[in-house]
Amino acid sequence: MKKLILNLLTITLATAALDLCHAQNEIQIQQQIKVLGTTPPIPVALDGFTGEAAEVLKFDLYVQGFSFVTPDAAQYLIHGSGAGGVTGSVTDKFANKMILSRSYNGASLRRQAHAFADDIVQTIQNKKGIGQTKIAFKSQAPGGNGEIYVADFDGYGAQPVTSDATIVARPAWVPGRLALYYTSYARGNPDIFYHSLSSGQRRVVAGYSGLNTSAAVSPDGAKVAMILSKAGSPNVWVCNADGTNLKRLTTGIEDSSPCWSPNGDWICFATKKAERRRLAKVPTGGGEVQYLNTTGAANPTEPDWSPDGKWIAFTRMAGDFDICVMPADGSLAPTALVAGQNPSWAPNSRTLIFNRGSAGRQMLSVLDVFTKQYKDCHRATGSNSQPAWAR
Amino acid sequence: MNMNKMIFPLVVALAATLASTGCKKGFTKVTPLPGEYAHTPGGDQQPPTLPASQPMVPEPMPTTTPIAPGTTPTAEIDLNNYNQDRAALAAYTVHFKFDSAVVQDKEQANITSVGQALTADANAKLLIEGHCDERGTEEYNRALGERRALALREALQKNGIDAMRIKTISYGKDKPADPGHDEAAWAKNRRGEFILLHPK
Repeated sequence: MKKLILNLLTITLATAALDLCHAQNEIQIQQQIKVLGTTPPIPVALDGFTGEAAEVLKFDLYVQGFSFVTPDAAQYLIHGSGAGGVTGSVTDKFANKMILSRSYNGASLRRQAHAFADDIVQTIQNKKGIGQTKIAFKSQAPGGNGEIYVADFDGYGAQPVTSDATIVARPAWVPGRLALYYTSYARGNPDIFYHSLSSGQRRVVAGYSGLNTSAAVSPDGAKVAMILSKAGSPNVWVCNADGTNLKRLTTGIEDSSPCWSPNGDWICFATKKAERRRLAKVPTGGGEVQYLNTTGAANPTEPDWSPDGKWIAFTRMAGDFDICVMPADGSLAPTALVAGQNPSWAPNSRTLIFNRGSAGRQMLSVLDVFTKQYKDCHRATGSNSQPAWAR
Repeated sequence: MNMNKMIFPLVVALAATLASTGCKKGFTKVTPLPGEYAHTPGGDQQPPTLPASQPMVPEPMPTTTPIAPGTTPTAEIDLNNYNQDRAALAAYTVHFKFDSAVVQDKEQANITSVGQALTADANAKLLIEGHCDERGTEEYNRALGERRALALREALQKNGIDAMRIKTISYGKDKPADPGHDEAAWAKNRRGEFILLHPK
């Protein structure tokens, strides 16, 4: 952190010296670019942990912007052990004092290590860690059929939610609840189901003629946006959580992948205008569609709005697929980060889960958008795709 | 504010009354006087010297129903009530250009053949499956597949087939015809398949 501030100070001074007139603007731009993909990680030294505990700590911290170096080069020293329960401490080398010391018991060793990682993130970054969060995703067999799964965010502990042996798609969490919406062809048509994970009960929320897919739940859980073709073309519709009060929001020729702004005011989606793929947003109560400026990112699809409202992640297709991120206010062009598809934000608004790999053999991977560090998740059976982070 | 609220309905009612009674009075007052030609066109008191001409029969015009893409609601067809005949129309599978749902001119013969099959069997219905190649994200392709199926439905509509006889389903890129990963495979996978539905 101190290093980062020092770097920025250096840039500030250098730019100010070079050109006082433009200094303000240029610094702002430099800071933004620095933030996406080029922010240096926080160097830490990990000591004393072995096996599963070490693995969990490394994974969790790496995808939240930490790097592992020798004690000499480290800013923080993380020391501890996983034997007989996780015990750990963090020492700030600059301040020369211990800033965290804790032991964990109960649950599994993995869970204890995740909890320690969360405490490290909270202590050093002053942010809630993602170590104990969940994801949902789709696992597909070569024939095309698949099931919806839920797992820890690193892919461990994967459990099937469905057992229909049919085509499934696009799971979406109800914010803050153990419940999903997803698409299933179980009734011979792509329909949207609501599925309570706590009761195991499920029901069809949208089973209209034509396409019913891409459910996305509003931040307050009261509304669901989705793609329906019942009026003659795939468009964005919105309804209450139980499927009532259905309303059409768009009338374009081909829309897909709606997502909500965290304040619930906008739905961002992929569309086509003059045969070109674009990202656009529409007021959730209905209104004029506004097109987003995604200059430099060809064929944008699959937008996801970060929980802090600042960023929109999406997939671009230029030969292959890349994960891109841009400021939600359109103030800067998108930054392409890594090859992959289907980005979904973690609750921390800095980590994304996405899928990557060869066609028919996708795996989930977790990316820190600021340092561009990413790691592959533990694989579930089949091709893993369309991850959705519970938040 | 309260005054306005009370007065507004009164004004509306008054305006409506005036409008209706005014119209009636206008018509009842025009009573032709005896001995004068009525100046109404086509009136029956024209001078008798003019020869009667052959009445002109307007040439029948074809009735047209403009089909704007993406505006015909999808049909409620329960597949459980039909047997699916995949073989009957398998020869007429339509292929699309990359990332396009436009039915190409060269596919018209296939559309015509499918239309003829539906015309020949009034009880039959049609299922159109829309498919994509793998070069597109999953949900994007699910929308594109649906759009392709709907475009084929619109093409059949133009051939006189009732859109309510046609159900569309998109499989996105989940059911490729060819599992390969090259242009030859992709060209085969960007397609619309026609399945004839016979009532059970």
